[in-house]
Amino acid sequence: MIGKSRKTRKKSAANISPRSTLRVDVWLMRHLQVALASLGRLVRTPLSTLMTILVIGIALALPSGLYLLLNNAKTLSGNWDGAASISLFMTQETSEQRAEQIAEQLRNDPAILKVQLISRTAALEEFRQLSGFADVLDSIKDNPLPSLLIVEPRPEHAEPIPAEALLARLRKIQEVEFAQLDLEWVRRFHAITEIAQRGVMILASLLGLSVLLIVGNTIRLEIQNRHAEIEITKLIGGTNAFIRRPFLYNGAWYGLFGGISAWLMVAVSLLLLDNPVAQLAGLYQSGFELRGIDFSTLITLLGGSTVLGLTGSWIAVGRHLHQIEPS
Amino acid sequence: MIHFDNVTKRYPGGHEGLSNVSFHIEPGEMVFLTGHSGAGKSTLLKLIGLLERSTRGQVRVAGRNLTRLSRGQIPYHRREVGMIFQDHRLLYDRTVFDNVAMPLVVAGLGHLEIGRRVRAALDKVGLLSKEKELPITLSGGEQQRVGIARAVVSKPPVVLADEPTGNLDPTLSREIMSLFEQFNDVGVTLLIATHDLNLISRMNRRILVLDKSRLAKDSAAEVPC
Repeated sequence: MIGKSRKTRKKSAANISPRSTLRVDVWLMRHLQVALASLGRLVRTPLSTLMTILVIGIALALPSGLYLLLNNAKTLSGNWDGAASISLFMTQETSEQRAEQIAEQLRNDPAILKVQLISRTAALEEFRQLSGFADVLDSIKDNPLPSLLIVEPRPEHAEPIPAEALLARLRKIQEVEFAQLDLEWVRRFHAITEIAQRGVMILASLLGLSVLLIVGNTIRLEIQNRHAEIEITKLIGGTNAFIRRPFLYNGAWYGLFGGISAWLMVAVSLLLLDNPVAQLAGLYQSGFELRGIDFSTLITLLGGSTVLGLTGSWIAVGRHLHQIEPS
Repeated sequence: MIHFDNVTKRYPGGHEGLSNVSFHIEPGEMVFLTGHSGAGKSTLLKLIGLLERSTRGQVRVAGRNLTRLSRGQIPYHRREVGMIFQDHRLLYDRTVFDNVAMPLVVAGLGHLEIGRRVRAALDKVGLLSKEKELPITLSGGEQQRVGIARAVVSKPPVVLADEPTGNLDPTLSREIMSLFEQFNDVGVTLLIATHDLNLISRMNRRILVLDKSRLAKDSAAEVPC
């Protein structure tokens, strides 16, 4: 029913003005003109435009920068996932030769990439050097330390679940006193990044809201400044859509340029961080490199900021345009 | 063309801008609307341009019942009614050309068509040489003529003028009136509100007199040529 009455209304509106039937190319041309005109309007007040853009840029750079750092941290932990290893402590009775045999057997296991044997003697020697208890150790007759096998699974077995299965299998070896999977801390790290991710999301929502408010407020002032123009346009038969259009383009431009400035801020910050991070990674003998904003993230950032700007101006225009009626 | 049937406009607070006014204006008529200030001249014009809506009664313009027109249709109605104001209502940050072009831009006409029609309208009011100037550099009479060019550029069948000569000296007023007569000659229906009785008494046109919100007199004597 509603649809029908709308249809007839549209029809009679068309009857009023046959000229209102626009051709597509004229329509596109108009949009392009309005878009460029609103851009020109922004350029004519460079200082205030720049300030608005920078405020939006900062508001967007914060969450995007944090998101990027988080992503980098994740790739870092991804490297560590691969390095998850299982420590097998042999019983005291196990001789070094037997430990060597077991290590050899395990090296042939398809799930295992590498096995490193730290023999009892070697362990004792290392402990003597590092602990500073050399005198105490000398007074003990028997070597209290067991042999240790460090088992590194193949990558496909390094994920938490298959790694647990491998651990259970290795525990069944008779000579193994105690087996430990060094995955716990990786899990904790995952949990922490999970929390950080949530935090970044919350921050992004709040700052996104602030972008809406910034653009909304800027457009509201713009509407006030152009009060006379809006009134006269309504007097000569400008539709609300026609009057709304330049303000919407304004908001979209603010959003887009805000997004670009956010991107530049993040890129410059990364550039500043790049050297120290490379140095730190070098200290850990790691080839880790900070990853910048990739193409799809950039598109998301710019698209999102444009939509935010558009929405902000839409809200402002919807609220304030109806209040201006010619008299 | 313009029909008022028992139209009353009551403002919030109880003041009546118009009380039970009825009249018909035929297509192609040129009619003056006069009366003391506060008699309801502006209210009557505003009802035709849908700046306000009647409280009671029916207003019809060019066959459209304005009482039933939805908000969304108001712009399309206004494109058919050219309005001229005492204070011109021009945009002072735009050139004469851009001011006159506004109704055509709003209606979505092409670039070339706009240029052609705006120059024709400016030529008609004798301001073709000033198209690139800002309205503020023009005299009062010239600014009024820019306003008139804007009102007629889209060739609306109805033109309303609210005290168009209010601030002009007699010579300029006569010029403006002769412009209106030229539009009327090509079939435009005009309704001109003015309190300049001297001017209109010599023009031999139909005169509607409003007094205290009521239609006091309708001299439907002379028929336009």
